[in-house]
Amino acid sequence: MIFMDGKTNDKTIVQKIFSARAGRELSVGDLAVVNVDYVLAHDTTCAWAIDPFYQIAKRVFDPDKIHIFFDHAYPAPSTQAAQLQTKIRNFANEQGIKIYTDGVCHQVMAERFLRPNTLLLGADSHTPTGGGLGAFCAGFGSTDAAVAMATGKAWIRVPETLKINIEGKLGAGVYTKDVILSIAKDLSAEGANYKVIEFGGSAIAKMPVSSRLTLCNMCAELGAKTGIVPADEMTAQYLESQGRAQPFEFLRSDQNAEFSDVLTYDISNIEPTVAKPPDIDKDVSISEVEGIQITQVFLGSCTNCRIEDLEVAYNILRGKKVADGVRLIVTPASRQVYELALRAGYLEEFSKAGAVVTSPGCGACLGRHLGVLDDNDVCVSTSNRNFTGRMGSPKAQIYLASPATAAASALAGKLTDPRRYFKK
Amino acid sequence: MVRVWKFGDSINTDLMTPGRYNMTNSPEELGKIAFIEHRPEYAKSVKSGDVIVGGRNFGCGSSRETAVMAFKANQISAIVAKSFARIFYRNCINNGVVVLTAPADFIDAISEEDQIRITDTEIINETKGKRVSVLVPPIVKKFKVCGGILGYLKTHRLEDLEG
Repeated sequence: MIFMDGKTNDKTIVQKIFSARAGRELSVGDLAVVNVDYVLAHDTTCAWAIDPFYQIAKRVFDPDKIHIFFDHAYPAPSTQAAQLQTKIRNFANEQGIKIYTDGVCHQVMAERFLRPNTLLLGADSHTPTGGGLGAFCAGFGSTDAAVAMATGKAWIRVPETLKINIEGKLGAGVYTKDVILSIAKDLSAEGANYKVIEFGGSAIAKMPVSSRLTLCNMCAELGAKTGIVPADEMTAQYLESQGRAQPFEFLRSDQNAEFSDVLTYDISNIEPTVAKPPDIDKDVSISEVEGIQITQVFLGSCTNCRIEDLEVAYNILRGKKVADGVRLIVTPASRQVYELALRAGYLEEFSKAGAVVTSPGCGACLGRHLGVLDDNDVCVSTSNRNFTGRMGSPKAQIYLASPATAAASALAGKLTDPRRYFKK
Repeated sequence: MVRVWKFGDSINTDLMTPGRYNMTNSPEELGKIAFIEHRPEYAKSVKSGDVIVGGRNFGCGSSRETAVMAFKANQISAIVAKSFARIFYRNCINNGVVVLTAPADFIDAISEEDQIRITDTEIINETKGKRVSVLVPPIVKKFKVCGGILGYLKTHRLEDLEG
């Protein structure tokens, strides 16, 4: 409804999710205290939440709503990491909270716990990943996680929503990662600062959940509070495939809800795209960087290491060998992905190709273990960050790309257009 | 004498407290490794009351609160930037670390030798004779007075923020 003075009480989907949890109608810009449905923390951020927690509470508000994951440096690669994990284990035991060691927190949350139209407070910057299931999932610090564990609530400013419609059909060898990197080039690393990006359009309606998770994951790199794809039939099918079928509302932004802007991207002519180091928004078509020699390929992370991503890589790598001088490291995003890939024969083919196949987790993404870079390394990564020093030495170079581009580059020993290897 | 530490655009939290160094619970240790690779002289020379000045998207990247804990341990009196990334911004607010945005031209005009004075309503560059007014959100004031959100919650409920 639009009133005579032009104002509207139509709401965006995020306004609706917040209002339901604040117990009152909220407008964009309001400071509100909302109930959270889940709290997420991991082997790094949880350690810094424990002392703050005990300053304000003795018992967590609900242990079943708190999800702790050991993923960033698991199994512990150093005594320092092991000590922090012991501290977290003790805390979890005291409070009756379960710790999950089944892979990257965002992947496991999406597989096992997240439901549409809910609110996840995650002590990790890539918490927005879960927006692919139509939930509001945002990243916070450890103190916010401590407050949420103690009270079940968070203070939050109701964000503006930037609507992005995606139309058209991807060409062969071009994937969702290429789409979001192209959008990153257009918007920049702060282009969506403090906003929610709500995705719509015909391409989104057909997009599987795996790809929606990739899109929303990368919204964190555009400065956004989060990304969200309103839940629909695709979402229902995904939940069913995970054994979690349950009716839910197809919550939508109202017809006349206010968006800060509405952008439309036609993805039909997008080419494989790469983010040049050290910026997520210095994106170029693969043709501009083809031929650059590389030393490591990381096929992993919550951004792009679901079974669908491994399938794409498998189709390129199958029966071939990784180039001399290149380390290909495959780190499935979760135990579920690992087991599916094992059963499908993917992991064996990766191994035959000369890859290192690791246990599920964050792995090399953040430079702690399982593929740390040295000064002269040039890495193609399917992850979400290529900052200076992100994966090890501050002198190393990291190019972000799709799993297809990563796999093709591993075979060629240099940045390579995957369409050269693409099999239909 | 308070000095300014000036940084550019897109200073991310990995630069502030790199993953290789920040696996510690000790604020003091974190203070010692702040900017250890990006600007090694910072941690060695920073003094209580110093001001950090940044460009756009200051604090982008990882949610790691160690970045803010480090600056708090350094007893930074304020962080002034053209714009802040959201998780870093709210981590600062929650820790009672003063974060202020200022216009680009005011920031660009600041040199590290300048004398900066910050009041409740203004940032003054006394050396260059420039000043800008600042709007400090109520929540920032409420938390700062209590030393951060944890101090606030000892005498308030979270819901009191909505009042």
